[in-house]
Amino acid sequence: MSVYLLRRLIQALGVVLAMSVIVFIGVFAIGDPVEILISPDADQMERERAIAALGLDLPLWQQYAIFLGKAVQGDLGRSFVFNEPALQLILQRMPATLELAFAATFGAILIGLPLGLYAGLKPNSVGSKAIMAGSILGFSLPTFWVGLMLIMVFAVQLGWLPSTGRGETVEILGTRWSFLTADGLSHLLMPALNLALFKISLVIRLTRAGVRETMLMDYVKFARAKGLSPFRVTFVHVFKNILIPVVTVTGLEFGSTIAFSVVTESIFAWPGMGKLIIDSINVLDRPVIVAYLMIVVMMFITINLVVDLMYSVLDPRVRLESK
Amino acid sequence: MSAVVGQGTPVVKDPGAKDKVETPFRRFASEFMESRLALGGLVVISIIILLAILAPFISPQDPYDLAVLDIMDGRMEPGSLSGDGSITYWLGTDDQGRDMLSGILYGLRISLTVGAGSAFIACMVGASLGLAAAYAGGRTDSIIMRIVDLQLSFPSILVALMILAFLGKSITNVVIAIVVVEWAYYARTVRGTALVERRREYIEAAECLALPRYRILFRHLLPNCLPPLIVIGTMQVARAIALEATLSFLGLGVPITEPSLGLLIANGYEYMLSGKYWISFYPGIALLVTIVAINLVGDQLRDVLNPRLQK
Repeated sequence: MSVYLLRRLIQALGVVLAMSVIVFIGVFAIGDPVEILISPDADQMERERAIAALGLDLPLWQQYAIFLGKAVQGDLGRSFVFNEPALQLILQRMPATLELAFAATFGAILIGLPLGLYAGLKPNSVGSKAIMAGSILGFSLPTFWVGLMLIMVFAVQLGWLPSTGRGETVEILGTRWSFLTADGLSHLLMPALNLALFKISLVIRLTRAGVRETMLMDYVKFARAKGLSPFRVTFVHVFKNILIPVVTVTGLEFGSTIAFSVVTESIFAWPGMGKLIIDSINVLDRPVIVAYLMIVVMMFITINLVVDLMYSVLDPRVRLESK
Repeated sequence: MSAVVGQGTPVVKDPGAKDKVETPFRRFASEFMESRLALGGLVVISIIILLAILAPFISPQDPYDLAVLDIMDGRMEPGSLSGDGSITYWLGTDDQGRDMLSGILYGLRISLTVGAGSAFIACMVGASLGLAAAYAGGRTDSIIMRIVDLQLSFPSILVALMILAFLGKSITNVVIAIVVVEWAYYARTVRGTALVERRREYIEAAECLALPRYRILFRHLLPNCLPPLIVIGTMQVARAIALEATLSFLGLGVPITEPSLGLLIANGYEYMLSGKYWISFYPGIALLVTIVAINLVGDQLRDVLNPRLQK
């Protein structure tokens, strides 16, 4: 097991290194930041001084070596625009994104599980057919458009919910959270629902498939034959067994929820790191783009590594193969 | 799409027996039509494609011709008459006085072209690499599949953002981004089928005849891997259209001079809060109907072409 762990860690490190090269070279290929950052009135001397100060005059490999050396120490460069360390800039906004992603994941399970359960238990009822049709819509509807429609209905026409920002926040352990105040919660509701839409469809489909499969199992038949109430059979015998795949998949999807929050944050002006990256791409703020991509890549590699390791712990077949 | 299936399977032509002979294609067609919903989807797609092709002839206004746009007609409600009384804006106008109906018809052209075009290129790249991986096996296979696995572990929007951050914004770069995002799905699907097919006798026979490798790959192996490829291809066109719209909405996609549906929706975003819903609403409906119709057809294709479900 420890050999396997070590090998996987080395592999993950290799992927991080490879991605850092791709990201660095890729970002280097885009437009010249000098054009944007230095005022056109600046004379040649000033230009050269600024270029040297930003380290843009060195050869590419040398810039990469400096970047890598600093990155290991947690320094991913300073934002050209904010003149703050890029890493700090992103970490400041990470709690907002994480809050949104957690709320969306939680909401998806809260809404998706009961609907999926109903659709699985009564597959031929009108309600189930409506739920399944709705889940197709959930897969097909473009997230950003649904976000706009939510704003149109709940913010503009009904005026129930605010459409932008995080609202009132409470500070806990140095980070600010919205979900603890009534005002913050009302700001969180629409973006979270918007981001959750796709996951709700996914959870409905997973739960429904799981229920239909589990209902045919011998232990469910036995529980019924024993005379247990349908309620107990459903919520103790069936429910426990469908939870495993649902939780696994929503856990795996957490990374993509963070990635897709880019869209939701842009619509609802949610001050997270997704909105920051879009703004940074538009003004070619290289250090922030590099830092964001590296942080998200690391996050994904960690999630994948943890899931793989968990599988090998839970499933003996995977463990044997790796030996 | 159906013509492709006809090529891959021998179609028996017998002029004497007219429609009575059951050919693989006719069986496929009749099975496909069992679902009213899918048939409806197919009809809707055909209408949308026709509308997009005929846009210059049927739209009331040329939305790219700045000379005909009257800024005084900006943000008019659906159904209102233009300032000079020449046309009725059935779906309203945007901030520049552009007729939304015309904008949508032209936007469909861009969305469909970018979506279908990039899905097609991704299919060519992915299918070739998938075939190569399955046929060559060994190191080629493991390298290609490593890259596929790695890429599929990252969500599409992140990969697309990365590519556009590197290359900047333009239609070509959006197409490149979608191709990079999607090729891996095709490669994985084709490899899976090709691994089974390559052990069949007809491949052995072709090898015994010492046919060139590319001929075995593309004339013998590929046609037999087509059914799953068609299913994936249909779904990926819908995904490509949605991804292009999302990227354009974020301001990273098509240029403002040639608005796709996503950009039209983005244009209406700032007017949403003042209750001018139509600028974003109608292009979104067009986008939604297109994507749902393609998905319905794809769903039915999967059921019909799935060998495990064949009667």
